[in-house]
Amino acid sequence: MIEINNLSKSFGKLKVLNSVNLSCKQGECIALIGPNGCGKTTLIKSILGMVIPSEGTIKFKEEYISKNFEYRKHIGYMPQIGRYPDNMTIGQILEMIKEIRKSEEKLDEDLLHQFKLQALFNKRMSTLSGGTTQKVSATLAFLFNPDVLILDEPTAGLDPLASEILKEKIITEKQKGKLILITSHLLSELDDLITQIIFMQDGVVQFHKTIDDLKSSTGEERISKAIAKILKDRNNE
Amino acid sequence: MNRIIKFIVLDILKNKIVLVYTIILSILSWSVFSLEDNSTKGLLTLLNVILLTVPLVSVVFSTIYIYNSSEFIELLLSQPIKRSKIWWSLFFGLSASLLLSFFIGTGIPILFYAPSDVGVMMLLVGFFITTVFVAIAFLSSIITRDKAKGIGIAIMLWLFFALLFDGLILFILFQFADYPIEKMMVAVTAFNPIDLARILILLHLDVSAMMGYTGAIFKDFFGTSLGIVIAFFILLLWIIIPFWISLLKFKRKDL
Repeated sequence: MIEINNLSKSFGKLKVLNSVNLSCKQGECIALIGPNGCGKTTLIKSILGMVIPSEGTIKFKEEYISKNFEYRKHIGYMPQIGRYPDNMTIGQILEMIKEIRKSEEKLDEDLLHQFKLQALFNKRMSTLSGGTTQKVSATLAFLFNPDVLILDEPTAGLDPLASEILKEKIITEKQKGKLILITSHLLSELDDLITQIIFMQDGVVQFHKTIDDLKSSTGEERISKAIAKILKDRNNE
Repeated sequence: MNRIIKFIVLDILKNKIVLVYTIILSILSWSVFSLEDNSTKGLLTLLNVILLTVPLVSVVFSTIYIYNSSEFIELLLSQPIKRSKIWWSLFFGLSASLLLSFFIGTGIPILFYAPSDVGVMMLLVGFFITTVFVAIAFLSSIITRDKAKGIGIAIMLWLFFALLFDGLILFILFQFADYPIEKMMVAVTAFNPIDLARILILLHLDVSAMMGYTGAIFKDFFGTSLGIVIAFFILLLWIIIPFWISLLKFKRKDL
């Protein structure tokens, strides 16, 4: 579904992505992990066309994404730090996006109800707490029933209850056979969601493995321990 | 109408600055015309006020507005919307709102007191100057990510076109007073939209008779209908070129 070929990106002298090759298929639930500043967000933004790669290509559903924008209607994106126009209210933001998209498909308003956002419809975005802003981002990402969900640190800033609601939602969508791409540096909360792991460091993909593969090759039951073990082995080499 | 433009225009109209701008223009225009019994004199006074305030407000307000829309732009970019469409919509939205306030503030009094050729020309020139400086604002805000720097560039550009350019021209004129450079001067005005606008209006007022030899050369060129067409075409280029460069840059911008 998403094919990334030789993708590189530099900001000035800083090389953030270094010939990344990845392939993600429908029905997978992939965790994109790695230390801060390893290029996770840049990779995601490249897929969304918000960052223009210096080199390499990205294909979405067999089509190159450069100079294309229609493909984005199949992607629900939840940014790490959602930035919204300050003087608009939650209700206005949702209305605006709905009106601009004018999607005929049925809207998925589960999260809207579960987060009880209707009660806050008249609140301006500038007055919202970080957690509430995240709830709005999550609602927007799932709203149009997209085939692909890209979630950048989805549970960061959410309270345990909201975070649980979101996780439930991710699991439901995963069961519908959607491709889900999650970045996080907190491993434990991902354990019960993901089927594959991509580990990045300094703009390079270190490995891309299925969970079963990872567990069997390291002999560890917990994902975090398995990754720690791989990293330790590499450092020792 | 494009839905994004609708949201931008509504957002700007809610903004009190545009309202204040309209009211100030309107107070200026009505008072200028009611002070002078001769509408030509009124137009002349108004011209000088317009050529200072309209570019300043257009360029500074637009630059700040574009910087403040970064969240809005980011939000739209993750949706299936073409990049250039977002930039175009911002341009249309900003221009339309500023043109509307110029029309309400200055256009209506002009059409009321001086519904002549010159009055209509003044209105047109005002429209062009507004849009030119909106386009310049797009250029100055895409050059740098730093908001303070961007606004600084916008103000410097305004200062250059509104004041410094004329100083430079005067300097050149005096330095080369012994040479026949009058014809060249006509070409030089093309590099300043404000001067172009001023000359277009001045030459259609009776005062142009008092402008001496250089004035006669200018009249020779700008007085003809071909000259007017060329002048407006150059003003149009002043809109297209800055905006086009900014559009190219925006298409390659990382957000």
